[in-house]
Amino acid sequence: MRKILFESLTKTPLTEPAPGEADAEISALAIQLDHAARARLGRSLSIREVDAGSCNGCELEIHALSNAFYDLERFGLRFVASPRHADVLLVTGPVTRNMSEALLRTYQAIPAPKWVVAVGACAYDGGLFAGGYACLGGVAAVVPVDLYIPGCPPTPTALLKGLLALMANGRARVPL
Amino acid sequence: MPTLSDIITTGRVIEAHRPYPRVVVSASLWQTLISRLSHGESTLLGLWGDADAVHMALLDEREGGVIVATALTGEGPIPSVSRVHPPALRLERTLRDLFGIELAELPDTRPWLDHGRWGLRNPLARYAEAAGEPTSYPFLGAEGEGLHQIPVGPVHAGIIEPGHFRFTANGETVVRLEERLGYTHKGVESLMAGASIEQAARLAGRTSGDSTVAYAFAFARAVEAALGIDVPLRALWLRALMAELERLANHFGDIGAICNDAAFALLHAHTSVLRERVLRAAAACFGHRLMMDCITPGGVAGDLTPEGAGQIRELADIAGKAFPALVELYDNTASLQDRTVGTGILNPTLARQYGCGGCVGRASGRNFDVRRNLAYAPYDSLRFEVPVRGEGDVNARVWIRIQEVQQSLALIEQILDAMPTDGTLRASVGATGKPAEGLALVEGFRGDILAWVRLGADGCVDRCHLRDPSWFQWPLLEAAIEGNIVADFPLCNKSFNCSYSGHDL
Repeated sequence: MRKILFESLTKTPLTEPAPGEADAEISALAIQLDHAARARLGRSLSIREVDAGSCNGCELEIHALSNAFYDLERFGLRFVASPRHADVLLVTGPVTRNMSEALLRTYQAIPAPKWVVAVGACAYDGGLFAGGYACLGGVAAVVPVDLYIPGCPPTPTALLKGLLALMANGRARVPL
Repeated sequence: MPTLSDIITTGRVIEAHRPYPRVVVSASLWQTLISRLSHGESTLLGLWGDADAVHMALLDEREGGVIVATALTGEGPIPSVSRVHPPALRLERTLRDLFGIELAELPDTRPWLDHGRWGLRNPLARYAEAAGEPTSYPFLGAEGEGLHQIPVGPVHAGIIEPGHFRFTANGETVVRLEERLGYTHKGVESLMAGASIEQAARLAGRTSGDSTVAYAFAFARAVEAALGIDVPLRALWLRALMAELERLANHFGDIGAICNDAAFALLHAHTSVLRERVLRAAAACFGHRLMMDCITPGGVAGDLTPEGAGQIRELADIAGKAFPALVELYDNTASLQDRTVGTGILNPTLARQYGCGGCVGRASGRNFDVRRNLAYAPYDSLRFEVPVRGEGDVNARVWIRIQEVQQSLALIEQILDAMPTDGTLRASVGATGKPAEGLALVEGFRGDILAWVRLGADGCVDRCHLRDPSWFQWPLLEAAIEGNIVADFPLCNKSFNCSYSGHDL
């Protein structure tokens, strides 16, 4: 273990700075996100993710945000276990009828101000699963959505971009 | 001992079913097949409903034969399989939910996927009924002094799929775990009915996103079997390349995630990097990080360029160099071994009884891998080993994954070396003017995926059933956790890594 740790000290970080189009895109995002995040919530924004019946593809890419290449936490964005600690509800899936109550209750457990981000084609309008007996067809059918991030599934870069857009334009919903 | 094909000598053979036989059997023969299952003489591969029938796919592991037996509902109640063979229980509860087929002496009549929220009952039956309000779900009991219950889910602490776990514990020790699934039920089978083959293939590829290649592969092979299509050689090899990349990405992710659940984040950080490298190579070569919709019935969607092949070789080289140090780290970290060794032991007898596939089965002595046991192209001409261990604990499941990573890296090189260079990538898939049925099994990273399809005369899907390996793994997690402490559940759960979406359909 010592060897791996020492190597990590001497190697350059994998976290992506410049070259290549996609990479440049990420670092530009990093700077903007940093400003926007600080303006709204000091230095951090906590995200609670809920799978409302996705195929698990979106979850895989959301997970990837935490790997060394994207390193989400450097932007002050982090995933939390409890909705009580969250500012943002990140929802995937076409919202199955069997998950709708759990989704609503999670939303209600998040203190205001809060934002809802719907991730992926299913979360937008049910995607391929729209029209069946088992799905409500999109997150907006259950909770108010502030932002959609398209893709099947969205790439980690697209997810980062989306979170930035939220920071720049988000108007937190205050409960009535 | 007579083989399956010796036994099924009577009954009406359905000619349109390929490549394995499907036979409509009498009630007495159905009973004989059930009793063979209960004596471990054959393995249950799948059990699914139809408008007026129940189909049961059986494997004879010795002769390597597969047979689909069909019992018709018009001839009195069909005897329950799970009455004597518990692995069928959740499948039978499901076909009762979806089709309303009543089975004689079904030991558990609680609904499974139906949570009473669909607004209708028996959605796949000829005539679905309107449903009333949802009722509460009675969990199984556990009696004794000092027992308490811990409900967990459907929304879990991490970024994972939804499902409910009901623990009954005595202090720290789990006395009983009962799962309740079905939260991600999207009605895939209902959406497939009447869909075009292309649309159904896209749905199949989204049954479980982490296994999108394996599902698309299985569905494509079932359709090709039904229609008698010969897939171009290069496409077959590209499919295997994608399947091994998918296995690699998932195993890297799982090895790290298991260690992370034992609070050893360092390994997780390093394997996540390897996983990301695989996904980036996949995106560069096939245009999608998870390779969704890259396998289509008839062939594959796109070709691999020589530059792409170079990128994959480079990936295999980087991973091959970085991985041994991580394996050594896993093996030499006492605090980590303390958590994984001897934890969550799955008894090999149960693994065999349940026909449990994948790493979970192979870590508990079940020497089964579809790529070898029911070999399909191009695996029939590739060299690889199927690692098997007997301890059945979390550590064994990690080690099976480690060894499978090594096998997949070697397979990727073999595939790149031997792949034919001819350019055709896709055979045409058209209606044959008569109904056709096909069945295929494909080894995904989680185990054997079964795809069964019946195509109508117009070439559209009439009925399709996809059986995830998790059906025979989820129930065993309940057994493996017994007597362990509650805090080890995430570790055990991750080492199984069953699919919610693939199971819930």
